[in-house]
Amino acid sequence: MHFGPHLLLAALEGLVTSAVLALTALGLSLVFGVMRVVNVAHGEFFMLGAVLAWAISTAISGHPALGFLAALVLAPLIVGLIALVAERLVLRRLNYDPEATIVATIGMLYIIQQLALTFYGPEARPVEPPFSYRILLPWFGYSGYKLSIIAASALLLIATWLVLTRTKIGLVMRATQYDSETAQAFGIPVTRVYAGVFALGAMLVAVAAVLIVPISQAHYLMGQDPLLLSFIVVIIGGLGSLRGTVLAAVLIGLSDGIISVFFSPTLAKIIATLLVAMVLVFRPQGLFGTASR
Amino acid sequence: MKDASPAKPYALHLGVIALLFGLSFVLPEYHHGLLARIMVLAVFAMGYNLLFGYVGLLSLGHAMFFSAGLYGAGLAVIHLGWSVPAAFAAGLACGALLALVIGLLALRTSGVAFMIVTMMFAQVFYLLILYFAAWTGGDQGLVVPQPMRVLVLGSTSFDLTNATVRYMSALALFSIVLLISLAIVRSGYGRVLVAIRENEERTKMLGFDTFSSKLAAVVISGSICAASGAAYALLFGYVGSSFASVQYSILPLLWVLLGGAATTLGPLIGTLFMYYVIDIASGYTSAYLLIVGIALILLVLFFPRGILGSIRQRWLGWLP
Repeated sequence: MHFGPHLLLAALEGLVTSAVLALTALGLSLVFGVMRVVNVAHGEFFMLGAVLAWAISTAISGHPALGFLAALVLAPLIVGLIALVAERLVLRRLNYDPEATIVATIGMLYIIQQLALTFYGPEARPVEPPFSYRILLPWFGYSGYKLSIIAASALLLIATWLVLTRTKIGLVMRATQYDSETAQAFGIPVTRVYAGVFALGAMLVAVAAVLIVPISQAHYLMGQDPLLLSFIVVIIGGLGSLRGTVLAAVLIGLSDGIISVFFSPTLAKIIATLLVAMVLVFRPQGLFGTASR
Repeated sequence: MKDASPAKPYALHLGVIALLFGLSFVLPEYHHGLLARIMVLAVFAMGYNLLFGYVGLLSLGHAMFFSAGLYGAGLAVIHLGWSVPAAFAAGLACGALLALVIGLLALRTSGVAFMIVTMMFAQVFYLLILYFAAWTGGDQGLVVPQPMRVLVLGSTSFDLTNATVRYMSALALFSIVLLISLAIVRSGYGRVLVAIRENEERTKMLGFDTFSSKLAAVVISGSICAASGAAYALLFGYVGSSFASVQYSILPLLWVLLGGAATTLGPLIGTLFMYYVIDIASGYTSAYLLIVGIALILLVLFFPRGILGSIRQRWLGWLP
């Protein structure tokens, strides 16, 4: 293959990564923006989504699309429920103190990971894609399913944006984000908003996991990379900014795809992590964000 | 508080050291070896505690300082054939230098950003170890050859693979670091650190240079952790990348939280307690990470002061 098609392939792969990354990072960014909680267990919700997708799709016989659709609906709901319980039992009792919640979510990370290892096992298991149509380009064939991931992610992002900006729920969330005390004084049930946002963040990342699992595989350690990448995206994009998050996800996804096609993936990770740490040190509001309040 | 009985804390700490010395002669072989390891790791926890407990800076990247000492000492022996004291000094120097650079960068941030930045630098350090696998052995790690692990002092030589020598070396390092941290905490500088934890703006207003105080604390903390790592490489003979992973940044946090942050003996108690809990539990189940996770959550929820912190609050106000 020549350089041009090779680059196109890398860019397409990068766009798929970006699409999934945008969803995972959006969940992390919402939780941080509204609740000021850094959820270190975010990657484990991703893993849970993928593992549940495997469990649900193998439990349902018949056409693979049936099992996949069931997983797409059920897995996020279950993950959201788990997140809700965790929020009620732990985060709320800590009064959402930023440092204490980090330690607590690290604890959740270990618990979820270990339970997945115990009950799901150390194997990586595939989920069959709902359809296997290949789009034939002049140079290579490309999976139609991968392109549909990009479309599904774009739809979800637009839907989230509409909810945030055009509905009463979104207004309540933004009010809580802006000033939780004043919001409370105006009769907004702030703790219920927090619980909802935490569950919503977990559900978004679970959807991303269900979408990606037919092309990667479900494994109990798969939450680590998305967590780090989501952190990177959220930091570059500016914490709590939806537009910045999406822009940064595309940027990081594309460069990750292209760099790891041409260079060693470890080197790519080293450079990316170092750059992001430097952004955080020298430009803490992010590349696209405005100065923090 | 400080002037009420300056002798009491020193008596207590010397008593703990004497107890550990005495235990060397009565403990069965298995626990003897375990305790030597715990003392080295407690030094790691003490280094962490200096920054987390006294300055209030929660770092999620201290594994890099530990492994800087581990690799600094280990690689100096394996590739350069350095003697034990020189290798230990090399490990210490690596940790101190790394801490200086990281401190200069990371201290520009605070709070949550500080945690994430330190975690990311530690991740870069971890990935660098994997990337230079030709030198570091990658995720397999390296074994420090036994004949190299001999400490020559004057005309006598000590074999660090011998159980008693190993225990006594670990105890010596532990005692030195314990007394150093006690001295730091009781000094004027230690009080400035606590003042920064309680209210940095006010401390600055009172005329203290808080940035250089914090930077010094990062360097001291990093050096202590590197000393622990260097000792680990030389005493136990294994240098591996798992010591640089995120998990080894979380463990000292857990040990310090459990024993009691901002208490000089808390790190030892936390490390001892957690190590034995995991050791006993691993007899029944391989799911020891589950215990780590549950312990972290229960500690922040119900027991944020830790064991010694609660004792100090209730009964012994003079505890340093």
